[in-house]
Amino acid sequence: MTPAPGPVHVTGEVLATKVVGAYTHLTVVAPDVAERFRPGTFVALSVGETTGATRLARRALWVHQVRPVGGYGPALQLVVEPVGPGTRWLAALTPGSRVEVTGPLGRPFALPKEPVSCLLVGEGYAAAPLFPLAERLRERGCAVNLLVAADDEAHLLSALEARRSARAVTVVTRDGSVGMKGRVADVVVGVLERSGAEVVYAGGRVATLHAVAAAAEDAGAWSQTAVEQPLACATGLCHGCPVPVVGEDGVARTVRACADGPVFRGDRVRWAELEDRSA
Amino acid sequence: MIPGLPLPSPVLVAAGCGGTGRELAAYAPLSTYGAFVTRSIALDPRPGGPPPRVVESPSGLLHATGLPGPGLEGFLASELPWLLQQGARVVVSVVGATIQEYAEVCRRLGRAPGVAALELNLALPDAVAAGLLDAREPFVAAGVVAAVARDLPRGLPLLVKLRPDVLRVVEAARTVAEAGADAVVVGGAQPAALPDGRPAGLSGPAVRPLALRCVAEVTAALPDLPVVAAGGIADTADARSFLAAGACAVQVGTALLHDPTTAARIAAGLTEEPS
Repeated sequence: MTPAPGPVHVTGEVLATKVVGAYTHLTVVAPDVAERFRPGTFVALSVGETTGATRLARRALWVHQVRPVGGYGPALQLVVEPVGPGTRWLAALTPGSRVEVTGPLGRPFALPKEPVSCLLVGEGYAAAPLFPLAERLRERGCAVNLLVAADDEAHLLSALEARRSARAVTVVTRDGSVGMKGRVADVVVGVLERSGAEVVYAGGRVATLHAVAAAAEDAGAWSQTAVEQPLACATGLCHGCPVPVVGEDGVARTVRACADGPVFRGDRVRWAELEDRSA
Repeated sequence: MIPGLPLPSPVLVAAGCGGTGRELAAYAPLSTYGAFVTRSIALDPRPGGPPPRVVESPSGLLHATGLPGPGLEGFLASELPWLLQQGARVVVSVVGATIQEYAEVCRRLGRAPGVAALELNLALPDAVAAGLLDAREPFVAAGVVAAVARDLPRGLPLLVKLRPDVLRVVEAARTVAEAGADAVVVGGAQPAALPDGRPAGLSGPAVRPLALRCVAEVTAALPDLPVVAAGGIADTADARSFLAAGACAVQVGTALLHDPTTAARIAAGLTEEPS
């Protein structure tokens, strides 16, 4: 039976943790969440003990992989960058820990109906959702080109794996420690041209997404951007994560990053305004 | 009991914490709750304020959303019919920039089929920043209530959400009751500030003891006035303590942002015998 659409709130179990560079990869089994996952959707985890929690905001995490784990069914691999008290708590979880999981949340990437050439641009941990997306695109016969970027090698997600899953891979780091030295904005126009992509998918900082969306528009390609904003509830209830967009009707409005996104058409986001806000 | 508003469960979804209803409905049917209080609806659509809008604080959330909303027409056209279709008992929370705006929104909601009750939001912790009426003085709150009550259809219950100012909440409750309120909502967000100094509300477990004090003061002073409690209610025991203090119902808000199943679990928990 196909599971009902929409998110669930369940208690999950941490099966494994692994430190990779600057990130901790958490493998979590959460009933019914993995089965409903589609690339671009995300999950939110509670921080702290389940009773008497002093931290109320959820931590939203990208799903890097969905893989069956023997005896457990499909498990989620989540990418945590331990930078604050909440993400440090999550990164320090040990196998066997219980954790509250809500998901999958948000709207996924739209997949092309035809087998077209695609460029996937991922920066830092926000590259995570592009890997399950690449699998889905390849299943549909799409040519997948990847551009993976980070500040340095430690923050580069899965460059090795990228080489296995894509036709062409470009790696760029700010400090030049791996691949080319520079930013996405410096190389995206050239990569887009070489790939001949008709659809561009991207995850990363707002400025990076802006550059990708602009390059796609100039090249006449569709773009789909996964916009990350600080989320308090991640479920659409609190209206706390505004994204300025232009609607299908041409009218400017403000929507929610979590429930109306995180994936938006690149030509619909009012990037300059979002960049000012994120600065 | 609130006259004219039968509640199959004493657990309500607090204003601003249930999204448009669609998001919360993913976790439990909206008919589960005694009532669904909508986000605060103003006459015109509102984009809301700049980020950050919601910030974590120990045992609480600070919020200064600027009350984004579709405006009255948008609400009546899309959100209300869907909520009613789901079997929700819909209490519409109302805000306005002026007393006249409150009165107009309420007059038009009074003609809308299916609205179970109105809740005047006179407890905005960031009213001035949001460009809305600042009802911190009880006589201002009473003025709004009097203007609204004058034109309200008979039988449509009017709830009034008051500022949780412990020292003045009894005075505020008394004046709005005299002006025509059928019930008061007591406890909600405390006035606070975001780290950047912008006015905000503080909600969550941090405010629960203050909310309980406010509720106890009002129920003791005005035993005939129905009181709906709000403020940091996160489990069945919390709900019971507010009901024991004399509240006829409770609203669950911030806890839903942490765990969207909280209010449904409390509603189920209250039907069981206390352990």
